[in-house]
Amino acid sequence: MDNLKELYQQMILDHNQNPQNFREMENATSKAEGHNPLCGDEITLFLHVENEIITDVSFQGSGCAISKASASIMTTLLIGKSVKMAESLFNKFHTMITTGEISEDMGKLAVLAGVYKFPSRVKCAVLSWHTMNNALHGETSLTTTE
Amino acid sequence: MLDVKKDFPIFNEQAKKFVYLDSSATTLKPQTVIDSVADYYSKYSANVHRSIYTISEKATAAYEGSRSKAAKLINAPTNSIVFTKGTTESINLVAYAWGRKNLRAGDEILLTEMEHHSNLIPWQLCAKDTGAILRFIPFNDDGTLDLSDPDQYFNSKTKLVSVIHQSNVFGTVNPVNDIVKKAHDVGAIALVDAAQSVPHQPVDITDIDCDFLAFSGHKMLGPTGIGVLYGKPELLEKMDPFLGGGEMIRIVSLSDSTWNDIPWKFEAGTPNIAQAIGLGAAIDYINEIGMDAIHKHDQELLKYALEKMREIPNVTVYGSADERGAVISFNVENIHPHDLSQLLDYDGIAIRAGHHCAQPIMKKLGVSATGRASFYVYNSKEDVDRLCESLVKTVKFMGG
Repeated sequence: MDNLKELYQQMILDHNQNPQNFREMENATSKAEGHNPLCGDEITLFLHVENEIITDVSFQGSGCAISKASASIMTTLLIGKSVKMAESLFNKFHTMITTGEISEDMGKLAVLAGVYKFPSRVKCAVLSWHTMNNALHGETSLTTTE
Repeated sequence: MLDVKKDFPIFNEQAKKFVYLDSSATTLKPQTVIDSVADYYSKYSANVHRSIYTISEKATAAYEGSRSKAAKLINAPTNSIVFTKGTTESINLVAYAWGRKNLRAGDEILLTEMEHHSNLIPWQLCAKDTGAILRFIPFNDDGTLDLSDPDQYFNSKTKLVSVIHQSNVFGTVNPVNDIVKKAHDVGAIALVDAAQSVPHQPVDITDIDCDFLAFSGHKMLGPTGIGVLYGKPELLEKMDPFLGGGEMIRIVSLSDSTWNDIPWKFEAGTPNIAQAIGLGAAIDYINEIGMDAIHKHDQELLKYALEKMREIPNVTVYGSADERGAVISFNVENIHPHDLSQLLDYDGIAIRAGHHCAQPIMKKLGVSATGRASFYVYNSKEDVDRLCESLVKTVKFMGG
């Protein structure tokens, strides 16, 4: 049960049940789609960027609790951040999810640190981040985590 | 009910009390199968059909002995049994060695919408190479094939019909005897993908009368890397080889060669000897229990599991065919199957979650994935109880 709680922390369950910024964005400056063929997870990520600042992020799609919570938490952290900070956070998140190493300024993203112990679920956690990164850099082609 | 858990050492190895419900993916191995593989490697690990010394002859006898056992299991002549690495390779063999030689542009390959990818992709590739057209018999909401208007699918252009015997998603046992007959009536060849049926019910080639039939060792308590392609001898004789190399030849010159007799014509290179011997041991084990007893055991578990699972609120079971195997695909409302599988794993319960190598079925059902519980000889009603208890617990944990 301890292991279980390490992966499915209460915050993850909450974000899964009530995802934040789970909506379409009509005035998005960019959007990208992500797909995890193994699980069938699908995400559409919307970004609104003005003067190198992310003023709004939202997502839609379907997926497991890990992918949904990861996307939800990500959106809450990125709003108001500069593009550069978002890129830096993306790299730190990637390191955390593949090694378990938590940087100081990860904030609530740390609840996903346990995922690194479950290699088959890493793809679920990173899907939204990869899709966001592609949207940020104007990559409109489909992101896949396979 | 059968009580054979003691024959499977994995149940001693697992720290937690282990409930294995993924036999449609692969089965666990009894000690006798493991011993047969170890015996070959430790006592007579020579190549087959090559050398004139004692252990090579023993290896050849054991390897060919397994072929005879596989032939007997499906009531087929021994020379009609080609060893492959599994169902997938068996179907690919037909698609290459029969399909590419005999199919022309405009010919129709008839499949169903409930095929496993292993009986879909080889034909997609074959159709691209030959210009043949793929057609599909659809399935109904209950997971049975819609054969209400067969003339629409079986016609003079139909050259090959390939159909899954027992669905790995719905469990549906398809009416292959009828389908094979309809294929033959229009002059088509019929292949049956029996990966899920041969392990679970008596399968008699003379009854089905198909031209080809494919199954895998690892889904019937045997090792991975060994499977069977049954082919009618007169068809196998006419086909060109699939892979070239040693063993499959008779006389070789630098510019040309002649082929070995069937079935060895299709077994190029050193085969999976230990795995074939292990398959023989698996067939012995199955025969000892008796296929009828296995089928009865499966059916009793299936009935019990369906009743228990339908009692759980928010559980949707896919497929409700009258004749079906012990496979249950299901979803729990608002819980992704991958979360479900992960959470059941904490209780020592292994189910499959995903698209089950049948993405077109998932698309038609309108889901990205399902959970799947599948049963075999070592499962008990207690396993079903454990699954259902854990399902209820999981719903609660996820906030349902």
